Amino acid sequence: MSSRRSRSRQSGSSGISDDQIIDLVSKLQQLLPEIRNRRSDKVSAAKVLQETCNHIRSLHREVDDLSERLSELLANSDSDQAAVIRNLLMQ
Amino acid sequence: MSSSLISPNPIGTSNPAAAGADRSREAKTRRRKKKAQAQAQAQSKARSLSSKWKSQAQQQIFSSNLLRALAQSRRRGGGGVGGGGSSGGRAVREAADRALAASAKGRTRWSRAILAGRIRISKFRKRKRPAAAVAAAAAAAGRSRKPRVSVSRLRGKGIPAVQRKVRFLGRLVPGCRKEPLPVILEEATDYIEALEMQVRAMSELARLLSGGASVGAGSSSGSPPEPLPGQ
Repeated sequence: MSSRRSRSRQSGSSGISDDQIIDLVSKLQQLLPEIRNRRSDKVSAAKVLQETCNHIRSLHREVDDLSERLSELLANSDSDQAAVIRNLLMQ
Repeated sequence: MSSSLISPNPIGTSNPAAAGADRSREAKTRRRKKKAQAQAQAQSKARSLSSKWKSQAQQQIFSSNLLRALAQSRRRGGGGVGGGGSSGGRAVREAADRALAASAKGRTRWSRAILAGRIRISKFRKRKRPAAAVAAAAAAAGRSRKPRVSVSRLRGKGIPAVQRKVRFLGRLVPGCRKEPLPVILEEATDYIEALEMQVRAMSELARLLSGGASVGAGSSSGSPPEPLPGQ
């Protein structure tokens, strides 16, 4: 009984309900490509968290690979090309 | 005819009184319309916040920031970077992260942590009181700190597996190690979208650089690969 009361007090003071957490988890779920293709009804929160970690790690790896490539390209090419691209993008 | 001549007069005399009421009514409706428009704009802004990373404008901002940072780092690094491929890659990665955090305009914790972390690590190398630093930076963004919610409130589960995953996720997203669950979820959502935009922009840049090696400076007058944001 007291634990229930303390829990309700927590929810009253913090303002975060389970529904909000579920909402956030579902929003996160929508972003993950793995879960989007499957049926999204029966995905547990643990699965969503796991997929989120995997997705972030793979994105980090992609960014690392791309930055390696970019550094090589920038080192090889002239600085004129960087200026050209800068002009292209800043139009 | 004469009636039409006469009729405007009573209308004319009663107009000021009625016009006043009409004006106030019109003003009220105008105010209501403006309020509704502002509300709609605010709502659309709130909705588009999540998809702001998908817009072309955001990508262009990030790309220009990245290019500027890369040019700066190249000028500082000098000519001796030819051999250090991995170190060059690391510098590019850090510049890209900083550009990404700058494009976030400091509205999220991870962006503030990235921007603050670079300065902190280079100058102080202290890990004490990260909350104070983040809170000081957060004051500018105007974000109020939510009271802590224990992680076990995730659907009432106190399962250590879920907690472990949440902690791991908190470590992956920069600046969210000690944050409660809903904050971590929110930051992770924004962070994933930002990372995807980073990947898109950097791959586009790499494509341009590798494809432009053969074309040279002649493509500057041509059409840019991405349509200009007209929004």
